[in-house]
Amino acid sequence: MRQALLRWLPQILLLALLALLLGWLGHNVLENMRERGIRAGFGFLLEPAGFEIGESLFDYDASLPLWRAFLTGVMNTLRVALPASVIATLLGTLIGLGRLARHPVPRRLCGMLVETLRNIPLLLQLLMCYFALTSLLPDAADAISPLPGSFLSKSGLFLPAWHCTPQCGWDMPQVAGFGIEGGWSLTPEYLAVLIALSLYSAVFIAEIVRGGILSVSSGQIAAGNALGLTRLQVLWHITLPLALRAIVPALTNQYLNLTKNSSLAVAIGYPELVSVANTALNQSGRAFECIVVVMAVYLSLSLITAALMNLYNARVALRGAA
Amino acid sequence: MTRPRLRTLGLLCALAVSALSTPLAHAGKTLDTIKQRGNIQCGVSSGVAGFSLPDSQGRWSGFDVDLCRAIAASVLGDPNKVNFVPLNSQQRFSAIQSGEVDILARNTTWTLTRDASLGLSFTGITYFDGQGFLVPKKLKLTSAKQLKNAEICVQSGTTNEKNLADYFRSQNIKIKPVVFEGFEASFKAFFSGRCQAYTTDISGLAGVRNKEAKNPDDYVILPEVISKEPLGPAVRRGDDDWFAIVRWVAFALIEAEEGGITQANIDSIKADSKDPAIQRLLGTGEDSGKLLGLDRDWAYRAIKSVGNYGEVFARNVGPNSVLKLPRGLNNLWNKGGILYAPPIR
Ligand SMILES: N[C@@H](CCC(=O)N[C@@H](CS)C(=O)NCC(=O)O)C(=O)O
Repeated sequence: MRQALLRWLPQILLLALLALLLGWLGHNVLENMRERGIRAGFGFLLEPAGFEIGESLFDYDASLPLWRAFLTGVMNTLRVALPASVIATLLGTLIGLGRLARHPVPRRLCGMLVETLRNIPLLLQLLMCYFALTSLLPDAADAISPLPGSFLSKSGLFLPAWHCTPQCGWDMPQVAGFGIEGGWSLTPEYLAVLIALSLYSAVFIAEIVRGGILSVSSGQIAAGNALGLTRLQVLWHITLPLALRAIVPALTNQYLNLTKNSSLAVAIGYPELVSVANTALNQSGRAFECIVVVMAVYLSLSLITAALMNLYNARVALRGAA
Repeated sequence: MTRPRLRTLGLLCALAVSALSTPLAHAGKTLDTIKQRGNIQCGVSSGVAGFSLPDSQGRWSGFDVDLCRAIAASVLGDPNKVNFVPLNSQQRFSAIQSGEVDILARNTTWTLTRDASLGLSFTGITYFDGQGFLVPKKLKLTSAKQLKNAEICVQSGTTNEKNLADYFRSQNIKIKPVVFEGFEASFKAFFSGRCQAYTTDISGLAGVRNKEAKNPDDYVILPEVISKEPLGPAVRRGDDDWFAIVRWVAFALIEAEEGGITQANIDSIKADSKDPAIQRLLGTGEDSGKLLGLDRDWAYRAIKSVGNYGEVFARNVGPNSVLKLPRGLNNLWNKGGILYAPPIR
């Protein structure tokens, strides 16, 4: 009993000290803000947002409360981060395998891709991708139709959408007004973020995959070969499952990075969380509160991602004494 | 590479610093700090033609820039003792709150929210403006009401973003805003054809059109003025003395125009004038500077260095500039405008 107390006491003290320090900092922030005539509090999240958001998954308009604007921002972050994670993983695996290919052409090509993309700042790639899209694509008024029923222009990619309000049926995009209306649309901002983020993350994932595969001991592979398995069979049944042990923890980092990197999209006008928070911050003047909301959201997203990846990691990790 | 996050970090640091510094009253300290430092930190835009724009040598010019120079001449005796700090729409308020700049002279609209909740005070209105729309001529638009379903590029952190929503909501027209954090990205996207219209203050539109368009004549400003944008300098709240100086230097420039005093004739007027109002303004009569904590030549130096309000206007945004903006509301009250300075007495 005494011993347990002695063991816990320093920790409890440390925790109390930390809480005290945080409390003191918080108090001082609020005090200083009050002193300078800056108001504080989270009630403003319930007031009407008052600004429009260019694209949203659910219905949103300026008369809704501000927290709905934040939610729209979070959804937009996820709408780009999730598909980008999937694409980056698939693409990264391919590039990683490519770098290990026996044939020098794919090996060199993949090597070049990795070295170029990972050494150019993401922000630059994002801007380049965006301005390439907006200058190369035709004006909204002269949209091209790559496939029947779809349109591509500076206003984005328009595809037929399945709608059930009020009746089920296809909502076809149509030439109207300033360009195309109706259907399901992907803006050039969204496409640019998706492409840039996927490519940038893919090359890092490629290196992780390559490293993971190289970490599989050659004895295991030789054993596979001895059993008469083909190269692909060895890869699929032996190398990859073993490599996953090394890959998954590092992959978690990449997904976390990718989600946080999506905040760079503010630069090109994609309304993800940070962009919405910036607008909210400037309309309401609540810099401190808006940043707290953004940090809380990213922290939650990161913790959820990490938890899911840890679960998966536990499944692929070596079990038992081995 | 991660500018947004860097800025967040900066803000956090600012907050941390303000957290660590115990609350302190600091009335009257700005002027002392400026004198000690030997220059004025003046927050300006990152490059809006006519208002604040650096040339290739890094020398700033513009309407807002001249106000800071006038204040520096008044306070430090030298219009060049100003350090210009470029701020985008988002950064400007934290910069004034944290003390990074002494004055914000950056085409900033005076609104209740900003005045009452950001820890700053607007010292007055130096430019009466309104928000409008810039559109490519080839769209053949004649009214903003034709912008139904249009995509409109706008910079975040501005009053413009909210006015945009307000205006089209009141008109029952749906539009799609494309919101950029940076000024450059916002107009680049517009000129690349991403948006059918660009919106900001009309003075800003004129700047963007003349400075950034490949061919300015391909673009027109629509007739609708959808908001009031009273632009003026702001200072940190809590230092009434500094507030008064900034406010009265601006008034002095307006008074000078009303009294017919220009950069060219100021010395002869100073030597000859028997008008008590002019003598007070130029320091040959009662000492008006003492009350502001300055010397008697405070207004003389300001006017001498940048000219009167009309000259500042003409040089930067009026007939002698590329913007060629009309005086409009910004004319003197006795010449058809609403510019009116309280007496220097
Ligand atoms: N007057 C408006 C708008 C001012 C504003 O920020 N305008 C933009 C567009 S002209 C600008 O100056 N951008 C320059 C920059 O961010 O550096 C306000 O106070 O919110």
